[in-house]
Amino acid sequence: MQFMLLFSRQGKLRLQKWYVPLSDKEKKKITRELVQTVLTRKPKMCSFLEWRDLKIVYKRLYASLYFCCAIEDQDNELITLEIIHRYVELLDKYFGSVCELDIIFNFEKAYFILDEFLLGGEVQETSKKNVLKAIEQADLLQE
Amino acid sequence: GVLHTSVVLLTEMCERSPDMLAHFRKVGLVPQLVRILKNLIMSGYSPEHDVSGISDPFLQVRILRLLRILGRNDDDSSEAMNDILAQVATNTETSKNVGNAILYETVLTIMDIKSESGLRVLAINILGRFLLNNDKNIRYVALTSLLKTVQTDHNAVQRHRSTIVDCLKDLDVSIKRRAMELSFALVNGNNVRGMMKELLYFLDSCEPEFKADCASGIFLAAEKYAPSKRWHIDTIMRVLTTAGSYVRDDAVPNLIQLITNSVEMHAYTVQRLYKAILGDYSQQPLVQVASWCIGEYGDLLVSGQCEEEEPIQVTEDEVLDILESVLISNMSASVTRGYALTAIMKLSTRFTCTVNRIKKVVSIYGSSIDVELQQRAVEYNALFKKYDHMRPALLERMPVMEKITTNGPTEIVQTNGETEPAVLETKPPPSGLQPASQANDLLDLLGGSDITPVIPTAPTSKPASAGGELLDLLGDLNLTGSPVSAPAPQIAQPPFLLDGLSSQPLFNDIAAGIPSITAYNKNGLKIDFTFERSNTNPSVTVITIQASNSTELDMTDFVFQAAVPKTFQLQLLSPSSSVIPAFNSGTITQVIKVLNPQKQQLRMRIKLTYNHKGSAMQDLAEVNNFPPQSWQ
Repeated sequence: MQFMLLFSRQGKLRLQKWYVPLSDKEKKKITRELVQTVLTRKPKMCSFLEWRDLKIVYKRLYASLYFCCAIEDQDNELITLEIIHRYVELLDKYFGSVCELDIIFNFEKAYFILDEFLLGGEVQETSKKNVLKAIEQADLLQE
Repeated sequence: GVLHTSVVLLTEMCERSPDMLAHFRKVGLVPQLVRILKNLIMSGYSPEHDVSGISDPFLQVRILRLLRILGRNDDDSSEAMNDILAQVATNTETSKNVGNAILYETVLTIMDIKSESGLRVLAINILGRFLLNNDKNIRYVALTSLLKTVQTDHNAVQRHRSTIVDCLKDLDVSIKRRAMELSFALVNGNNVRGMMKELLYFLDSCEPEFKADCASGIFLAAEKYAPSKRWHIDTIMRVLTTAGSYVRDDAVPNLIQLITNSVEMHAYTVQRLYKAILGDYSQQPLVQVASWCIGEYGDLLVSGQCEEEEPIQVTEDEVLDILESVLISNMSASVTRGYALTAIMKLSTRFTCTVNRIKKVVSIYGSSIDVELQQRAVEYNALFKKYDHMRPALLERMPVMEKITTNGPTEIVQTNGETEPAVLETKPPPSGLQPASQANDLLDLLGGSDITPVIPTAPTSKPASAGGELLDLLGDLNLTGSPVSAPAPQIAQPPFLLDGLSSQPLFNDIAAGIPSITAYNKNGLKIDFTFERSNTNPSVTVITIQASNSTELDMTDFVFQAAVPKTFQLQLLSPSSSVIPAFNSGTITQVIKVLNPQKQQLRMRIKLTYNHKGSAMQDLAEVNNFPPQSWQ
């Protein structure tokens, strides 16, 4: 995976994680373009699109939040959808029936969970229990 | 987790470095992976790793991917994997996206490795099932993979053709694009009519960015599989009228060439085109083709003789009206105007009562602002005034242009047992050649026509590469007289037509003194080659062979065949007779035309068969002693 973006329906960026080195200006440009493209898609449309020689997989959740991942040519699109789904499940388990507000207010936790789950663009830990255990341990340390 | 990351690491390593790949194959990674995968599927339920009943899909997909890389191009590993792949493919349930994800990865793996055909069929069936799924994502994925496999497993994909065609009507842009590409790949001789209908309908309704691609695709497919000339022309007309402005520029010369080829359809074509632009002349390619045809075949239009359709009554004035309005209209591009002006000029020889009107129109444009137009008008004016006697000859009908794509260099059929697979380009392949079958009439064009009337430059983007030499040929033709930049796609005629006439001597066959050679001399049969080169086209060498017989008995059923290396093209005309009388009392002459655009050393292998003294004789020989002037 090259990068992952989360944004609301109004186009506000909630979370961004980049697995390729890009300058700040480029990141902003890509974000803007991608957000525009995805937001114009109608709900019935296919979740995959081609954009600038990357494949974009996006999922629309909770009626107002878009999860968007950019993958390379050889990656499996369907499994990327699963990755998105798994991530949402992790968030759900951790926050207890998560909604967008949770992500807004506890975004650093969201990032932690993402980092436990994905590393360098690939899935690191497939077991939900392990990921959550790691987060819990980190929380304990915090307190 | 650890397992997963290690698999990822292995995958990366194997992708980057082929040595690692070999190493891992040896180490027996494949059986290990197979075992792990089997355990995953069989073993019990591990709640933390699974997703809705399927154990650890991420790991499964990763392993499958690694297997794919390991198995590519490697038979042993592929065999080891066959079972497990089949198992995964059949056992995974498809109701959820997860299952589909795994199946997708499996399918990709099956396609990539050297799997057995049963497995491939299974994979394609899975893809077919995907296509029927309601979920758009799945359909998209299926279309993409089918596109990849259509090259190899054509028949299997054909079965799903109707579903694919349905996808054309989907609302989603990505799906439509995929479906369109796949449909073009699937068109073949049997289904071309049905597919064309669908594709034309699609052309009507699709977004503008698709139209150009779709139009070109339709042209290509129509060209390859047209069941009849009339159908072909109809299809082209339909495309021109619906998506006219999106048609690519190079399609116009192609179409024109096509139309000249279908000689019997000329009247019909010109009539339909005329009707088409009567209503609306805003679509440039359509107008260009139409004005060209009207210029060429205007007399057919006016005489009202058309077998295929109801002939319409058109007067010369009406035809001129329409061409003039094209000229005047603001919508016409400058190129289109050029076409129209030339068409009007050609009509001056074809029409009888309106010559004065034509003269008037042409002189008006003598002072037009557009340089190209002005130049043409001035020249045509001069034609009227000073060279009126040449006008008919100059503006006579264009000869038929041969199709450039399909006639490659005359490929030799390996009839006799002599093998030596001719791999190198310069080595002439052995065995006989059917004389003059592929008929590069283009060479006839060179030999026959004295005057070069309007010839569009060769279409530059024709896909077949083998036609390269012929493209050069047409480019050469246009260069008579003045350097016109050859690949200019739209210029329909060299502007210096008159200069070409006056300064250049007409086609000159005699070249000064190329020595003739004896190509073959054995058993009393002697074959001499004499050479002629043309001034206007230095790539063509005309060889006249003379076969004489110095024995006491006649040689009958004499057949001469020749083969040349792939970079040349050969045309064999018919011999004067097939009997060589004895005692050198007569000869057989035969003309060979050799096209040598790359100016390579001429070499030829000849095969002679004849009956002599009651027995059939056959001989093969190679001719290498061509004098340098014959090919340089």
